[in-house]
Amino acid sequence: MNKSDLIAALAKESELPLRKAEEIVNLVFDTMSAALIDGDRIEIRGFGSFMVKEYEGYTGRNPKTGDRIAVNEKKLPFFKTGKELRENVDEEE
Amino acid sequence: MTLTKADIAKKIADDCGFMKGEATEIVEKLLDIIKQRLIEGEDVMISGFGKWTVKAKHSRRGRNPQTGEELILDARRVVTWKYSPVLKKAVNASPSK
Repeated sequence: MNKSDLIAALAKESELPLRKAEEIVNLVFDTMSAALIDGDRIEIRGFGSFMVKEYEGYTGRNPKTGDRIAVNEKKLPFFKTGKELRENVDEEE
Repeated sequence: MTLTKADIAKKIADDCGFMKGEATEIVEKLLDIIKQRLIEGEDVMISGFGKWTVKAKHSRRGRNPQTGEELILDARRVVTWKYSPVLKKAVNASPSK
């Protein structure tokens, strides 16, 4: 399923015009992205949570040549599946 | 700060002209659609945000880390999520807290 499929499914199930569903789906993911960009957590009960992990920079090596390379600090978003979703996904066969 | 479902519903209500109750229902519906697809084993990809994937894990021998006792961990299905490169870039472009 991609974003267009999600928009179409939401329009159908919530009886909304496609345009409105599109506006909502975009706003939901923009809002979530903005929180992560601000370094905030997202917690959605039954679904899961998102958080940004920060990594320090370090001096690594190119394993092929042995050359030293500086690896810059970075931030990466992570998702932890919520209990209800985790259990439901595992049950279905 | 933590963003919750209620915060997302409020944003929808404020920006898209819905009553708070309606906005909450719509957000619930949207999450249910995503959950249902994942439960059915289908991946869900939102461009610019990320992609949820359902992965099948084989059964394996493990240990209870507290007692050291060996046990068989059953095969299971898990949901993973990978950020989109666009989101990673945006997260790294903003100053750290």
